[in-house]
Amino acid sequence: MSLNAVIAANRFGLGARPGELAQIARDPKAWLLSQVGQSQSTNMLSDGLLSSAQAFEALQSYQEARAAQRRTEASPNPAVNAEERVRLADLVGQTTGREIEARIQHAVTTQAPFAERWVQFWSNHFTMAVRNLQTTPFPGSFEREAIRPHVWGRFEDLLVKADTHVGMLIYLDQAQSIGPNSQAAQTQQGRRRAAGLNENLAREILELHTLGADGGYSQTDVTEFARALTGWTVAGPRLRRLAQGSRVGTTIFVSELHEPGARSILGKNFPAAGERQALDILAHLARQPSVAKRIAFKVAQHFVADDPPPALVARLEASFRQSSGDLSALAKTLIQSPEAWAPETRKFKTPNDFLISTMRASGANTTSTQALRATFEQLGQTPWRAPSPKGWPDVASEWAAPDAILKRIDWANLAADVIGETFQPIAFAESALGPALTDKTRTAISRAQTARQGIVLALMSPEFQRR
Amino acid sequence: MTNRRTLLTAGLSGLSLAMLGGTASFAQAATTSGKFVFIILRGAMDGLTAVVPYGDPNYRSFRGAIALDGPGGPNGTLPLVDGFGLHPALKEMHGLWQTGQMSFMHAAASPYRERSHFDAQDLLEAGTAQLTSARSGWLNRALAMLPNGPSQEGVAIGRTIPLVLRGPARATSWAPPLAPESDGDTLARLSDLYAGDAMLSNALAMAIETDKIADGGTMLSGNAGRGRQGVFAPLASAAARILAAPGGPAGAVLSFEGWDTHANQGGAQGQLANRLDALDTAVKALREGLGPVWANTTVVIATEFGRTVRINGTGGTDHGTGGVSFLLGGAVKGGKMLGDWPGLSRLYEDRDLVPANDVRQLFAQGLTNAWGLDRQAVLSRVFTT
Repeated sequence: MSLNAVIAANRFGLGARPGELAQIARDPKAWLLSQVGQSQSTNMLSDGLLSSAQAFEALQSYQEARAAQRRTEASPNPAVNAEERVRLADLVGQTTGREIEARIQHAVTTQAPFAERWVQFWSNHFTMAVRNLQTTPFPGSFEREAIRPHVWGRFEDLLVKADTHVGMLIYLDQAQSIGPNSQAAQTQQGRRRAAGLNENLAREILELHTLGADGGYSQTDVTEFARALTGWTVAGPRLRRLAQGSRVGTTIFVSELHEPGARSILGKNFPAAGERQALDILAHLARQPSVAKRIAFKVAQHFVADDPPPALVARLEASFRQSSGDLSALAKTLIQSPEAWAPETRKFKTPNDFLISTMRASGANTTSTQALRATFEQLGQTPWRAPSPKGWPDVASEWAAPDAILKRIDWANLAADVIGETFQPIAFAESALGPALTDKTRTAISRAQTARQGIVLALMSPEFQRR
Repeated sequence: MTNRRTLLTAGLSGLSLAMLGGTASFAQAATTSGKFVFIILRGAMDGLTAVVPYGDPNYRSFRGAIALDGPGGPNGTLPLVDGFGLHPALKEMHGLWQTGQMSFMHAAASPYRERSHFDAQDLLEAGTAQLTSARSGWLNRALAMLPNGPSQEGVAIGRTIPLVLRGPARATSWAPPLAPESDGDTLARLSDLYAGDAMLSNALAMAIETDKIADGGTMLSGNAGRGRQGVFAPLASAAARILAAPGGPAGAVLSFEGWDTHANQGGAQGQLANRLDALDTAVKALREGLGPVWANTTVVIATEFGRTVRINGTGGTDHGTGGVSFLLGGAVKGGKMLGDWPGLSRLYEDRDLVPANDVRQLFAQGLTNAWGLDRQAVLSRVFTT
């Protein structure tokens, strides 16, 4: 078996399941390429999961029950059923739990693990995280609705889908943003809503989703973009009149909230065009050379090295530009790049990928959410709890702190008990690492005092921790 | 914690009792009032340090700096039979010897003749003549011969049920409610493994140092923090509580790890002496925890294989063959050296203590002693399958 099978499974994917290396070894590149561009490769089962609109409704019901209870608490006969309120709270909470479980389950069992890495990369690029009660039920549906269906298309489309999704509009405060000179701001209703511009989404699109902090935009650009974005919001109870029958919990454009007039961004004039104005700006941003450069660097850094080879970055950048941001072409370019197949393992797995790859290697098919959620938390990467819109860090120095290593070892101790019920240590290491298993690690494993210790050494070996 | 298998087999055994209207005839003489405890020393305990053949003329030259003396010497052992002394850390066990509650078997081995810890532990637990794909253990098969009832059950102290207790009979496990921590030995092995990886080795070295400081510098003494796995007594106390409860299980398994002393194993004091002290303290905790039940208790202590007779270049010993095993407890009529002593004038493969005695004979004796099972039935039904 060639080392390329292991590189395909580990560096491009989420680690090999038992028997998977042999299957990949027939043609590692073809195995990866077959996952590119296929919509089914990024789909996941969503049985029992709520759409963003359903999640919004559940959250609304809960918040209404809570508000009603607060109003009537003092009265001798509270009108609100506390049990009902608790049921609604559970519904919102369980939404998150089920979403996390489904996502882990999918990553552990998928036969298209490169596609899943690709999804998770973009999901992190367009981070939509749990920040408060309002954002809690959305990251799962955000990923399923805005990211998964679009990661093989054009960057511009993915950008639009992600930044106009209900989850993102709430997460980055766009839902409340109102043009200061909009129709709504002039009315009684508008003033009561403390009408004002919120620049959060505009700023993060420029800084994180497109140009980058050093991408050459100014504060004026941010404000102008924020003005253009006004009107893009979520159909909710307070907008019932303006939403004109749109389903609650969906993205709408309300022209009454939109700041009238032309906008100037990056020196380019965008005439008044209602909802198209922001979309035109997004399209313009997506075509900036700094975006191609930045995306190329991030992809190379994510898959190949913290400090990626310039030749690889240049090749990805050229691909992005020449294909007008075709993400399938970008993925194919990555797969065809010799730098991505260098034998040195220069990436250190994130906690997420360490846990997922361990479970894949163990052949697990079902996962127990509660225990696992706690583990992700202990290792510092709770799904959808990225600390900021910047997302999870992607370099080893952020993840290889001494305490973090020790926590991985402690968890490996637990996992080894379970894995040991099915695997002998050497067989486990061979199944997971194939020819990447070094003689040194093999010897250490074979000298372990117990099967558990042997499996801990395999899981914590440099070749399993790195990719 | 109850294993899924427990629930399944609990249902099945209830069913078979109802259908058969009684127990099988071979088990009529057997009883579940006796308790049987199996302690596995994982990692291969050095038998020649636990039970020192000080009277053997070759012993001292093989063992050099880590040799112990006969009773009364400066590094004196505790007297057993003539020419053999118990390591001075094993005080409780020596007390049992003196009151006739302990025997030992030297040059003991399972049929395993290679040098892998895992395979050796598997065969020690399977109790078969060779490794097979069948995954049941001898203690479980012995439990299956007992009369039906609440006590026809085995408990494993740990997070999972080891092979020795897997099989048709009911088995549960109980783990201390402490978050498992990686032990110092595993960390040391990882430090070696990270030698070529600057990032990982620096991170681990710093983590170990921080941990040591947080534990008040006790890490090396093995008494706190990540050395906690070196303390076996709490596990033994837990086993005693579970066994002594009314209707408690008839059998228990404990695993004590950390016996793989390739370097700096020490003699009367040192690394191995600390482990032996922890083992001895656990035996004491077991006896005290069982209270009156101790009188009906049989304990077997065994390890997967012995260690090389010669001391190696790093003050330790490597994987060997013949080792030492103990049979003790309130129900044991002991004070005997079981089996033959092959001597040190001829070594197995010119390196190991000759495996003169099949450790399964000692297991069978323990089971017979604990539960009144017929010895021939045990040998044929439990150990030769």
